Amino acid sequence: MLILAIDTSTSAITVALHDEARVLAQESHLDPRAHTEWVTPLIASCLSAASVTPGDLTAIAVGNGPGPFTGLRVGIVTGLTMGHALGVPVLGICSLDVLAEQSAALTEGELLVATDARRKEVYWARYAVRPGSVQALTSPAVDRPADLPDEVRALPTAGRGPALYPELFAHALPVLDVDAAMLARVAVERTLAGTPMPVEPLYLRRPDALTTAERAAR
Amino acid sequence: MTAEQPLVLGIETSCDETGVGIVRGETLLVDAVASSVDDHARFGGVVPEVASRAHLEEMVPTIERACREAGVTLGDLDAISVTAGPGLAGSLMVGVASAKALALSLGVPLYGVNHLASHVAVDIVEHGPLPEPTMALLVSGGHSSLLLVPDVTSDIRSLGSTIDDAAGEAFDKVARVLGLPFPGGPYIDRAAREGQVVIDFPRGLTTGRDMERHRFDFSFSGLKTAVSRWVQAREAAGEPVPVNDVAASFQEAVVDVLTRKAVLACREQGAQHLQIGGGVAANSRLRAMAQSRCDDAGIELRVPRPGLCTDNGAMVAALGAQMVLKGRDASRLDLPADSSMPVTQISA
Repeated sequence: MLILAIDTSTSAITVALHDEARVLAQESHLDPRAHTEWVTPLIASCLSAASVTPGDLTAIAVGNGPGPFTGLRVGIVTGLTMGHALGVPVLGICSLDVLAEQSAALTEGELLVATDARRKEVYWARYAVRPGSVQALTSPAVDRPADLPDEVRALPTAGRGPALYPELFAHALPVLDVDAAMLARVAVERTLAGTPMPVEPLYLRRPDALTTAERAAR
Repeated sequence: MTAEQPLVLGIETSCDETGVGIVRGETLLVDAVASSVDDHARFGGVVPEVASRAHLEEMVPTIERACREAGVTLGDLDAISVTAGPGLAGSLMVGVASAKALALSLGVPLYGVNHLASHVAVDIVEHGPLPEPTMALLVSGGHSSLLLVPDVTSDIRSLGSTIDDAAGEAFDKVARVLGLPFPGGPYIDRAAREGQVVIDFPRGLTTGRDMERHRFDFSFSGLKTAVSRWVQAREAAGEPVPVNDVAASFQEAVVDVLTRKAVLACREQGAQHLQIGGGVAANSRLRAMAQSRCDDAGIELRVPRPGLCTDNGAMVAALGAQMVLKGRDASRLDLPADSSMPVTQISA
C-alpha cells in the first residue's frame, strides 16, 4: 500500500505519503489563499523526497472538508484527477475526523472540533476519545459559534475556532490545521478495516444566491 | 513526443462550461463539454458557486469522456493545457488544479494559457493556420474585445474592449427586461427574426469625441438602459410591448457597433482577415452583418462553428498545441489561476 494524502480544507495545504507501516514524507504550507499554487508542487516534492513516482501510488486519500469551498475543491479535484490518471482508487475522509485524531493524544473523554467556516461561522463536530479510538458523536455542521450549547463550547476544542472566537471557546487545544500525515494514517486504518470512504465535498451550505422566483417574492 | 503532431488535452473551466478538448497538432479529435447553464437559469444568471460545484463534479467524467470519444488514452498525451485566466476565480481553480494533477501524474508539460487567446486559436483547428496578423472580435457574456493578433502564441495586442457591460451580458439583461429566459442570446436572436428594426436605439461610443478617445472600445450599458426605459414607457402608457421588434432593434444596435468597429480596425491596422469568437458569435444577425461588411471591405471573415465559439476545451487544446509547436516555455506547477489575466499575457 502506498497512499498519497491531500487536504486543503483548512489554512494548511498539506500532503503526505504513507506505505501502511509509516509516513514516508510529508509537506505542509500555511496559506489560506494559495491552495491552487501549492498543492501540486508539494505533492511533487513529497514523491521525490520518498524516491517514488506517481505510478507507484496505490491509492489517493483526500479530505472531504468541510472547509472554505474554493480551497477545498482544489485538493479534492487534484486527488480525483490523479486517481483517474493513475488508475487508483480515491478515498474521502471528513477533515474534522482528522483534526480529532490529531487531538486524541492531548485529551480524554469528549472533544470538539471547530474550524473556520468564514462568515462568522464555524464547522464543527463532537468526538469521543477512548484509548485507541476516536469516534464521531455528531455529523459535521456549520453554525455561529455563539449558537453552540455552552457545554459543547466548554469542551477541549481543536481547529481555528478558539483562535478566532477566544471569548466563546474556553479550552483551546494546540491543533489548528489538518495534517495530511494523520489523514494518511486514518486512510490506512479505514482501508484495513474495510470502511467505505466516498469522496464527497462537505459544503454544508447551499450556494449563496436567490433564484429569480425568490427575488421576486422579496 | 511527435514534434510535428503533439497530442494535447485542453481544459477550460473559466465560467459555467466544463470543457475538455483533445487536439493532435492542428486537428481536432474531440470537444467534450458539460454545461451547468440549466442550473443557472433559475437564478437568472451564472452563479459562481453553482458553477464551481458543477466543475468539480464534471471534471473527471468530462476528461474520461473526451479520451473515450477521441480513442486515446491519457498515457498517449504529449502535453496538458488549461485556461489560467481570465474568468471566475473559483471555477478557474478547479480546472487549473486538475490540469496540474494530470501533468504531474503523466509526466508531461503543462501550459497555462489565456482564455481569450484560446478563443482566437480555436479557428486553427476549424479553418487552418491563422493569417498573421488576424483581427479578432471576441464577444461573449464576459468579454467584448477587439484584438490585433500578429502571433497567437506570443503577440496579442488589445485595440479596445467594453468599458461597461460585455455584449453577451447586454443580451442577458435585455432578455430579462423582455421577459425572455436566460441565457438571453439565443432567445433574442429568435425573437428578432420575427420582428422589425423599428426603434433607433443608441450606438455607444460611435460619434465625435468618443471615436477619438474610445475608437475601438464598446459600451452597452447605455443601450440596455435605453431599451429598459422604452419598455417601461410602453408599459406605463398601458400599451403592449412589441417584444420581437424591441429584440430586433436592440440586436441591430449591438451588431452594428461591433461590426462597424471591427471592420474599421481591420482597415486601419492593415488586417486582411477578421475572426469572430465568443458565445455572441453564434448570433445570426452578427454573422450576417459581419459577412456583408467584410465582403464590402474586401476582408476575409472567419467564424468557427457555434460549438467552438462558446467556451470549450478544444480551443485551449488548440492553443496548447501551438505553444508546443512553436517551442514556447511550459508553465511551472505553481501556476496560479488569474481571474483578471490581461489579454496581452498569452501564457502564465
